[in-house]
Amino acid sequence: MPTPRDITSIIVENREVNPKIFLLSLNTSDLDIWSEAEPGQFAMLKIADMSCDDPLLRRPLSIHNVRDGKIQFLYKVLGRGTLLLSQAKPGTALRILAPLGNGFSISNSKTHCLVGGGMGIAPLLYFARKMKEQQPSNTIKVLLGARTKNELIAVQDFTEPGLYDVKIATDDGSEGHHGLVTDLLDGINASPGDMTVYCCGPHPMMKAVSNICRKKEWKCQISLEALMACGMGACLGCAVPKKGIGIQEYLHVCSDGPVFKAEEIW
Amino acid sequence: MTGPDLKIKIGGWTLKNPIMTASGTFGYGEEFTPYLNLEDLGAVVVKGISLEPRSGNPPPRIVETPCGMLNAIGLENVGLEKFISTKMQIFRKYNTDFVVNILGDSVEEYSTLAARLNDTDIAAIEVNISCPNVKKGGVAFGVDPQMAYEVTQAVRRRTDKPLIIKLSPNVTDITVMAKAAEDGGADAVSLINTLLGMAIDPATRKPKLANIVGGLSGPAIKPVALRMVWQASKRVRIPVIGIGGIRTTEDVIEFMLAGASAVQIGTANLIDPGVSGNIVKGLLGYLKQHKISSVRELIGGLKTP
Ligand SMILES: Cc1cc2nc3c(=O)[nH]c(=O)nc-3n(C[C@H](O)[C@H](O)[C@H](O)COP(=O)(O)OP(=O)(O)OC[C@H]3O[C@@H](n4cnc5c(N)ncnc54)[C@H](O)[C@@H]3O)c2cc1C
Ligand SMILES: Cc1cc2nc3c(=O)[nH]c(=O)nc-3n(C[C@H](O)[C@H](O)[C@H](O)COP(=O)(O)O)c2cc1C
Ligand code: FES
Repeated sequence: MPTPRDITSIIVENREVNPKIFLLSLNTSDLDIWSEAEPGQFAMLKIADMSCDDPLLRRPLSIHNVRDGKIQFLYKVLGRGTLLLSQAKPGTALRILAPLGNGFSISNSKTHCLVGGGMGIAPLLYFARKMKEQQPSNTIKVLLGARTKNELIAVQDFTEPGLYDVKIATDDGSEGHHGLVTDLLDGINASPGDMTVYCCGPHPMMKAVSNICRKKEWKCQISLEALMACGMGACLGCAVPKKGIGIQEYLHVCSDGPVFKAEEIW
Repeated sequence: MTGPDLKIKIGGWTLKNPIMTASGTFGYGEEFTPYLNLEDLGAVVVKGISLEPRSGNPPPRIVETPCGMLNAIGLENVGLEKFISTKMQIFRKYNTDFVVNILGDSVEEYSTLAARLNDTDIAAIEVNISCPNVKKGGVAFGVDPQMAYEVTQAVRRRTDKPLIIKLSPNVTDITVMAKAAEDGGADAVSLINTLLGMAIDPATRKPKLANIVGGLSGPAIKPVALRMVWQASKRVRIPVIGIGGIRTTEDVIEFMLAGASAVQIGTANLIDPGVSGNIVKGLLGYLKQHKISSVRELIGGLKTP
């Protein structure tokens, strides 16, 4: 894993790809860092220049893709920080601390299933690409879910022919299966030990996915979110309760995660 | 020509410069080595340590507020013994002064911590007295001058390390607390710890922190911190270490003019992990530019009408 660095990068593109969802491409002179970054790792972006007191904290975003010498993020406009980011013009310099945390680890299963819900799809593209490079002969299933068609992101990148076995679900039926992405997962037949599921999405979805995996005895990795101040293990702000009995202990999303084995949490 | 003198004295301890990091915002120091050279800093103050491990508060533990943040980490730490056997080994790798911040829920716990740390090669002890005194119904040591005096005195008896008492700002008169620490035998006071605050989500009608209340830090608290440093430094003879919202060289100069002999940088480290090292360079540059031969000339240099 590369040592994280705090670098200045330049916005080359910041484009609305779906309503309220933006693709941000950055150029940096420090490209080695990106080619070594693990899928599932994230960056802390300072939204305005460093002297800006409000918003004060950096914002965590997952690495979506590394391509043509650029690093890409896919983000949804939620509050003040992401709104300001969406207004930033190409040419603007941004400070970015990256790559941070522990990403997905590719298991030795025969079949891999990537399950993404909503913005949780963002980190899965880079992961799918890296996995294909490293294990070209393995089956990679990709299950993508969202509330509605407009919120499905990066689908065209996954559906390039011949790469992955992609299935889609939307809550309102506007695209693919009418229902939850977990219905699709439940429908898969694979014997225990042969399959690993990698999941990123809303909390209830990840919990449901991990329940299915437990039932079917599949390995399961989940990518969690938490409010963060530093993103680098210094403030202990990003705690998540650890599974266990007795005194409640906590793990830290930025330094122990963001990717965890499901059984560490649930 | 030799450059400006950045050295500062606290009791018998000489710091290479007045820039320290604030407890709880700099991990154990090592996390920051990709972004700065620890040896450039005056001192590194590590995360608060208690006798027994503490797992801390449930999440959410932090929330951003205008120009600041609230935290309710709950003093999560590995406990004294594990700290000594693992984390303290890290310190030996760097030619830097490490200060250990301690916390307890009784006077006895503070003294045990001080006695044990006295046998180690740390540079100084900082006592966080913003913690509740369990035997006195959970009132924080730091809001009662008598309790602050007692805990300072108890720790003083068990250590000959430089002793810093870290004051809570959640009091009516900070000068009374600073005096209590001085009378108890402190070598310095550091202030301010975080200001108690809260944040509410109007949509859910719930508090934004699981702990409901938390400590406010960051640029938002700087004016309050400056005022308290100014007041405290006029009242006590021991050095005052200024803390609160510092993120630039200019901020450091303001605190020193207000009466601080040194400063600690807290929340700013979380946003810009290299900031403390840059401030040391900035301070040196300022002194050179203004042809000031010693940083000590700034201390208390406020011009009042
Ligand atoms: C490891 C990690 C990876 C992430 N990756 C992505 C991604 O690839 N794409 C994407 O759109 N979003 C991602 N998020 C969520 C994203 O960080 C938040 O949506 C964003 O910080 C919201 O900022 P804001 O200023 O718009 O919202 P505000 O609500 O104004 O933010 C206030 C504070 O809350 C924090 N916050 C708010 N929502 C979240 C959240 N869901 N998770 C963590 N912190 C939050 C902010 O960082 C900020 O400190 C990720 C979060 C984490 C922890
Ligand atoms: C996340 C966080 C954790 C902290 N933990 C401690 C601690 O363990 N002990 C302590 O004495 N102060 C602790 N503090 C207080 C800081 O050391 C400092 O006094 C305060 O944040 C004000 O300075 P700032 O505005 O520069 O952050 C903590 C502050 C933050 C933000
Ligand atoms: S965000 Fe600071 S420790 Fe994880």
